[in-house]
Amino acid sequence: MKKYSVDEFGFYGDFGGAFVPELLYSNLEELKENYKQIIQTEKFQSQFQKLLKDYVGRPTPLYFAENLSEKYQTKIYLKREDLCHTGAHKINNTIGQILLAKALNKTRIIAETGAGQHGVATATVCALMGLQCIVYMGEVDIERQAPNVARMKMLGAEVRPAKSGSRTLKDATNEAIRDWINHPKHTHYIIGSVVGPHPYPDLVTTLQSVISKEVKTQLRSKEGRETPDYVIACVGGGSNAAGLFSEFLENEKVSIIGVEASGKGVNSEASAATTILGREGIIHGSKTLLMQNKDGQITEPYSISAGLDYPGIGPLHAHLYKTGRAKFISITDDEAMQAGLELSKMEGIIPAIETAHAFAIFKYMNFKKDDILVFNCSGRGDKDLETYRTYFNY
Amino acid sequence: MENRIEKALSKKKKLISIYFTAGFPKLEDTKSIILALEKSSVDMIEIGLPYSDPLADGPVIQQSSTQALKNGMSTRKLFTQLKNIRETVEIPLIIMGYFNAMLQFGVEEFCIEAEEIGIDGIIMPDLPIDIFQKNYQAIFENHNLKFIPLITPETSSERIQTIDELDSGFIYMVSTSKTTGSETGFNRDTLDYFERIGKMKLQNDLMVGFGIKDNSTFNKASKHTKGCIIGSAFIKHLSAEGIDSIGDFIQKLK
Ligand SMILES: Cc1ncc(COP(=O)(O)O)c(C=O)c1O
Repeated sequence: MKKYSVDEFGFYGDFGGAFVPELLYSNLEELKENYKQIIQTEKFQSQFQKLLKDYVGRPTPLYFAENLSEKYQTKIYLKREDLCHTGAHKINNTIGQILLAKALNKTRIIAETGAGQHGVATATVCALMGLQCIVYMGEVDIERQAPNVARMKMLGAEVRPAKSGSRTLKDATNEAIRDWINHPKHTHYIIGSVVGPHPYPDLVTTLQSVISKEVKTQLRSKEGRETPDYVIACVGGGSNAAGLFSEFLENEKVSIIGVEASGKGVNSEASAATTILGREGIIHGSKTLLMQNKDGQITEPYSISAGLDYPGIGPLHAHLYKTGRAKFISITDDEAMQAGLELSKMEGIIPAIETAHAFAIFKYMNFKKDDILVFNCSGRGDKDLETYRTYFNY
Repeated sequence: MENRIEKALSKKKKLISIYFTAGFPKLEDTKSIILALEKSSVDMIEIGLPYSDPLADGPVIQQSSTQALKNGMSTRKLFTQLKNIRETVEIPLIIMGYFNAMLQFGVEEFCIEAEEIGIDGIIMPDLPIDIFQKNYQAIFENHNLKFIPLITPETSSERIQTIDELDSGFIYMVSTSKTTGSETGFNRDTLDYFERIGKMKLQNDLMVGFGIKDNSTFNKASKHTKGCIIGSAFIKHLSAEGIDSIGDFIQKLK
């Protein structure tokens, strides 16, 4: 019996499930009944593997970061998801889900996006497959992520502003869910992380698990063993983390570290450190840890990185946290920006600001010289240049 | 004691149930709205507990909820406002909200306070029926609260039969597969759906909600059912006309 997989009711321990209005029941039921079977078919697998290889550029390298290893006196590997087409791991999921949508005869695709990375990854696969694409994005994010809005438009997607609530990622997700309620038959909702109602967390984890499968093979040839001592990834909703962790969850010898954004500090009221500031509750149809006031009204998170600016985490991560299987560390804006600069200067890799959070954990950890660490280098920093530029006064 | 919902459902007429968002337009309007609705011969009231992220709701109820929260509405505040409501009001009162608010208050505590006030039923659109049955049904029953489930045009007959096994007072029949307040009107498919479900001979009565806004939609939706629930159209009326002309709005429905 696997301890960290979803159970037949859609739960990871106490977390998960599908707390959605009856209006979504049939949509989710269709997905739940079919996704496992479709993903296992030879047709799906051959298309998926082919696209991952020729279109996304997989396998992504597992790169030994010699300079960083030297500085921190331990063995540091980077899983280079930043080299994926469109610049982040997000496309592993959208490629899989677009094939699933096709197999289910859906003709209209909707998605939510915060920073725009998932929106771009969705618009990309819709362009590839010739499907209509509508991306919901908070009005506030549309303003602060103009380049990604332009990319989505070039790819033929319609970007619809989410004007409700705080007009950021959580509201864009609400709007996408409402759209799905209003279009139950021919629309598929491509959710961007391991969040939302069952079966989404498991579906997205399954599609992202290619990351850790490749790590095993690559480590075997580089180190003569399949398992690292540590796997480390930033957690917004938690999809790049779930992708890196998935093959190692049941092997308790591998330490798992999730890195959250604490924004201006956990006590600053401008933070997204969900495991510290959150309590159990329901967000976007999933029982998990989320930031909320005492009445259960969802509160607004803050992080300098739009991709970590989410008030919840996926139910898998809530379970890993509660059971102690994973350790969570929170990193401030300033620490992340410095870590991003360090990775740029020492390894010649400018990471996304989300990703940079993971590389700021060294002062909170004591790694041994022969420990093998695998970091998920989830995305590249192109989309964040404006933020870096302003921050460092370039 | 007979549940007030059952008593209302036994009336030999089509019922009108009105939804409003507690704390809107003004924080302290809750009691006045309830009193005015009862005076206008409304048969049931759904008191909406506003939520920050109401997934099943369209713009009208979203905005009233946002405003109500800004005004300071909370679960505790609502219970305080309703404290002596049963001294004056006799019609069934139902609380409608999202499950997270109830979960944070504590499901049992919520039910205890609701019973003390004289609440008759609860509508939580995002509490799935299987989880309700497994974890909460006994608590609801102990506190004489009906759990009112939803069905939609997409709900299979098989599932409707399962849902009907609950002793829920009535089943909330969502008219179209849309969030609240959509004004698409009722097409042939919708009317067929009303008739099809109406003829299923369910043990629970049916009340239709979502998209009922005037006399014409009311008549169409109640032809094969026990009555209708009106939400967004009422909130719009409150926004435009304030709480003094509630009677006019109700009169025009009949
Ligand atoms: C590069 C990158 N990393 C991480 C994230 C956070 O998402 P998740 O936690 O689902 O991996 C994002 C989201 O936009 C991203 O663009």
